[in-house]
Amino acid sequence: MRLTDLPLRQPAYVDLIDWSVLTPSEGQRLREFGLCEGASVEALHHGGIFGKGPIACKIGRMTVAMRRNHAAAVTVRTGPEQEA
Amino acid sequence: MSALPLVALVGNPNAGKSALFNALTGARQKLGNYPGVTVERKAGRLALSDGRPVELVDLPGTYSLDPGSPDEQVTRDVVMGKQAGEKRPDALVIVVDAANLDNHLRFALELLALGLPTIVALNMVDLATRDGLELDAAVLARELGVPVISTVAVRKRGLDHLRQELEGLLNGAPRAYPTGAAQDFDAVRKEAGRIARATIVRETPSRRLTAAVDRVALHPVFGLILLLGLLFVMFQAVYAWSEAPIAMIEGFAEAIANAVRTALPDGIFRSFLVDGIINGVGSVVVFLPQILILFFFILMLEATGYMVRAAFLMDGLMAKVGLSGRAFIPLLSSFACAIPGIMATRTIADPRDRLTTILIAPLMTCSARLPVYAVIIGAFIPARDVLPGVGLQGFVLFCLYLAGIVGAMLVAMLLRMTVTKGASGGFLMEMPKYQWPRPQDILLGLWQRAVIFLKRAGTIIFTSTVILWLLLSFPRVPDGDPTSQVDHSIAGRIASGLNVVLEPIGFNRDISLALIPAMAAREVAVSALATVYSIDAGDDEALLERSLGDRLKDQWPLPTALAFLAWFIFAPQCISTIAVTRRETNGWKWPLFMVGYLFALAYVAAGITYWTATALGLG
Repeated sequence: MRLTDLPLRQPAYVDLIDWSVLTPSEGQRLREFGLCEGASVEALHHGGIFGKGPIACKIGRMTVAMRRNHAAAVTVRTGPEQEA
Repeated sequence: MSALPLVALVGNPNAGKSALFNALTGARQKLGNYPGVTVERKAGRLALSDGRPVELVDLPGTYSLDPGSPDEQVTRDVVMGKQAGEKRPDALVIVVDAANLDNHLRFALELLALGLPTIVALNMVDLATRDGLELDAAVLARELGVPVISTVAVRKRGLDHLRQELEGLLNGAPRAYPTGAAQDFDAVRKEAGRIARATIVRETPSRRLTAAVDRVALHPVFGLILLLGLLFVMFQAVYAWSEAPIAMIEGFAEAIANAVRTALPDGIFRSFLVDGIINGVGSVVVFLPQILILFFFILMLEATGYMVRAAFLMDGLMAKVGLSGRAFIPLLSSFACAIPGIMATRTIADPRDRLTTILIAPLMTCSARLPVYAVIIGAFIPARDVLPGVGLQGFVLFCLYLAGIVGAMLVAMLLRMTVTKGASGGFLMEMPKYQWPRPQDILLGLWQRAVIFLKRAGTIIFTSTVILWLLLSFPRVPDGDPTSQVDHSIAGRIASGLNVVLEPIGFNRDISLALIPAMAAREVAVSALATVYSIDAGDDEALLERSLGDRLKDQWPLPTALAFLAWFIFAPQCISTIAVTRRETNGWKWPLFMVGYLFALAYVAAGITYWTATALGLG
């Protein structure tokens, strides 16, 4: 499931990241935020009155805001933890 | 450059670096710029326990040594010893957020590999405890091979210990520091994760304050209501809280003017002191309280961590006009002043997003326009309540700010369809934890702003007021000639020429006169009007007693006053804004474009306002 479809406040793990959707600098910034395969993620808030705003999510211990097109590049899975 | 040992504070954004810097250096700070770049250099003195002074520099926060913006480039260049105008630091203090170890340690490891003498400040341990984390600093010190000190900058905890360690580091015999070969990103990340896990003794799930507040603050509906409410309170407060201090400053200026009038014989020198300096500069200094109230809100919004939430809420809307939510922060800062606002656009990575934000930043009503609004509103808008607790004057002010915002959004949309056409950049931001700021940090920020404002009043505003007074006072009207001094003066003649262009939109000669020096700084429009009316009054005691507002009310029809307000919504830049735009866009093309479109908008807006008001019979 994509990060955009993940129900709010349901802990999950990053399965796969489609880096090709991101520009090199965006990819780098997300990596610096701790986004990597195996990282824990939790969607916290969807912004915007019409539901098309950015998504605030927790990556590891950090809370990060990103737009939906970036969040859609992240595939997540719920279930038992796996070593990063 | 001083020969003092140089220590650099370095770390991730939101690690509490600036609070630590303030706590260590107190008010002894120097703000400057790195040569060639518009990145602010913040330095201060720190006394070691043996009394030896050390220069401490607060480097811009960054996530790695791979820079994504000019600020981050400075941090990298300084720690590598490549920054012009700065020697390589003798020691580093790496600030890490205790509650965000995995992430901050990755950057710390990157910095440690540089091999400089280093101390790690494990900062905000109180907030980590609040989040249910228990950490062992000794384990971290062993793993990293450098001293680790737990600090709570906002409560001054651990600072003495940090000073002692720093002293040891600078006095001690040189020792080998762990240098690592350049490692690949993932390997460093994994190592940081391992060290973080070893350092965390216990982790108990606890109620997270930030999560609870965010459920309201980031809620699509309630969050937006909260944001609009905060902005509304901010603009009401600018009026409501400033009345008493303004009256005090006015009384003080009046007392000085009267003292000068009694002490000196009537003549050109007395006119210069009273009309030129005291009335001119005084009429601007009077707005210090309102400017400080505005800055108080902006500093609070930033320090508490709310500003990023506002950006999050606004991103959807900003995306519609082709901007990033990130642009919200520079734009909100532009309410204080467009110069720091334009400089803050450096955090926007996408060049087209950034250019668009720079071009619309002057449409945000800066605090220098506040004196102009305040004088006109005070004179022409009755002080009554439209709703209980909502004053009409504050409401009009709110509408003027709103008009600037709506104008900015429309201009942004047009620009994204034409000159800055292209795919929009993204919106990636870290959301820091909420934090109650230390009152001293806010006071320090306000103090620095007050000094900047008063320096402006003492230099730019003083100079332009004096020049205007000279142009208004010469040549003198011959005795017996019925023309007024202002009409006869050089300035009056220039203004009469300019007035041909400005008359159709309802501007009188006095406004034309005030607009020229207002290019130096917008608030000069007020001091210029004060000087004009002061000279016009001559020796007429009755006229001199009246306030600027009262005199404007006598002389300007209402449509003219409204047109003047409308002009200032778009008010073509002060010279400093043009200069900073030139510097940030590396050329004259964009600043000239900006001035051109702002003049056109100001003219049209003032014209429409004047014609409409006249047609409605308001004159």
